[in-house]
Amino acid sequence: MASTRIVLAGFGGQGILFAGKLIAYAGLIEDREVSWLPSYGPEMRGGTANCSVTVATEPIGSPLVLDPNVLVAMNQPSLDKFVDTVVPGGFIIADSTMVPNIPDAASLANPGITVYAIPATELAEKNDLKGLANIILAGKLWECTHFCERETLSAALAKCVPPRKQHLLEPNERALQLGIES
Amino acid sequence: MATNKVLMKGNEALAEAALRAGCRFFFGYPITPQTELAAYMSKRLPKEGGTYLQAESEVAAINMVYGAAAAGARAMTSSSSPGISLKGEGVSYIAGADLPCVIINVQRGGPGLGSIQPSQSDYWQATRALGHGDFFMPVFAPSTVQEMANCVYDAFNVADKYRTPVMILADGMLGQMMEPVVMPEPIDPATLPEKPWATCGHGGERFHNVANSLYLVASKLEEKNVERFKRYEIIKATEQRAETFLCEDAEIVLVAFGASARIAHSAVVTAREKGIRAGLVRPITLWPFPVDTLATTFDTARAYLSVEMNMGQMVDDVRLAVNGRAPVEFFGRTGGIIPTPAEVLAQIERIAAEKGLGGCCCTCKNSDEA
Repeated sequence: MASTRIVLAGFGGQGILFAGKLIAYAGLIEDREVSWLPSYGPEMRGGTANCSVTVATEPIGSPLVLDPNVLVAMNQPSLDKFVDTVVPGGFIIADSTMVPNIPDAASLANPGITVYAIPATELAEKNDLKGLANIILAGKLWECTHFCERETLSAALAKCVPPRKQHLLEPNERALQLGIES
Repeated sequence: MATNKVLMKGNEALAEAALRAGCRFFFGYPITPQTELAAYMSKRLPKEGGTYLQAESEVAAINMVYGAAAAGARAMTSSSSPGISLKGEGVSYIAGADLPCVIINVQRGGPGLGSIQPSQSDYWQATRALGHGDFFMPVFAPSTVQEMANCVYDAFNVADKYRTPVMILADGMLGQMMEPVVMPEPIDPATLPEKPWATCGHGGERFHNVANSLYLVASKLEEKNVERFKRYEIIKATEQRAETFLCEDAEIVLVAFGASARIAHSAVVTAREKGIRAGLVRPITLWPFPVDTLATTFDTARAYLSVEMNMGQMVDDVRLAVNGRAPVEFFGRTGGIIPTPAEVLAQIERIAAEKGLGGCCCTCKNSDEA
């Protein structure tokens, strides 16, 4: 993909913005064009926080992603809001613990979309990775798109986890791998 | 990867760059979507031996800037649209007292309290009348996070050189978004050029300086204003900044700044793929408006399209610059809505159809790809 355009959406507190930042940092490490734009408007106060991330080879115009090739949805309103914006051939990755109604690919308006239902929140809890469903989904996103080298993803994680929270690097790394393998 | 390349929000990049440009005095008041800028300053400035002060109001903040600027320091304030209106009086006083400072407006939708979403509806306010009286101020309009960082340096330099307030006109999209940025080299404030007019302590060594905007003798005030406008003529002649994209043979020339320039850029790329000779002039200074750059498009342009996030403000300046040579049209979204590249492309296609342009020969398409 010349440009990977991603919408990540969920409730505030699920780590949507952090997962977006991880992807953006991976793009930066590989010297690609990168943009990250959070929602900061009234919608984030009403249920869905979302962010647009673009990793591209050409300079990025609007950082607001209106036609994602990947949607990561961590709650039902987010999935419902963005499901029809995913372009043909794109990916929808939904946390099936949090999103009860996940459409199958055949019912979508656009053709060729692959839908993954990953019980990320449940997986996180079972593996002693509470709160890292976002990173599990980011791992799955990487597995779908290979938007960067695998080791870049780990390097980006090391960048995004602040120095005073270095003990969280290991569980984050495990969550990433779990997502890649799920 | 360049090791010094980091991911930063536009608001944070403005703050960090100001610090590095030698700004040690920041006075502000929180308002969305600008707050990260003030928050960043509150963390970093005290560690650099500077002063961060959250004032009791925007009016107080701009008058603190007035004081720090009078004392010769590099001083800054930032706000978003409604807060900038409150600062208008102080900015007029600072302009009247011929003092340098930087004011950042991370615009949101208006009028009134408006929305908190990105907007460019303060163009007229920034370029025409941020306060009462005969004055202008240079206005920079960055369109990337990197340019936001760089233009803080330019803004302080222009402010000091011409002894004028300078505005950086950003918007909620640029302020909130993160992009890779390489920070410019820091400047030690002690190495900045002397300001012999500054009202700072001198131990009785010289006659005291005065910072003032009150001239009760009309002829004195006229003299001051005329002198200031002579400086404005120099600014207009030497400080215009703009960037062009595919303008060499452009028949439809888009004019857009800041966030909307990014969208217009995407639309121009797609229009070219469709064989329409579109180009983009991106003003980097809004005042002085880059009339000289626009003039370079006169030979080929058959129509202009001003793309803005408002109801049509910069289009006035485009019309003044084009001066009837070609029709000037406008497309914008307002209230905090960001236009889409597809909407802008539809406008380009409409103009191309009306003028019988586009669908030009495949040779020109090939040369663009080369």
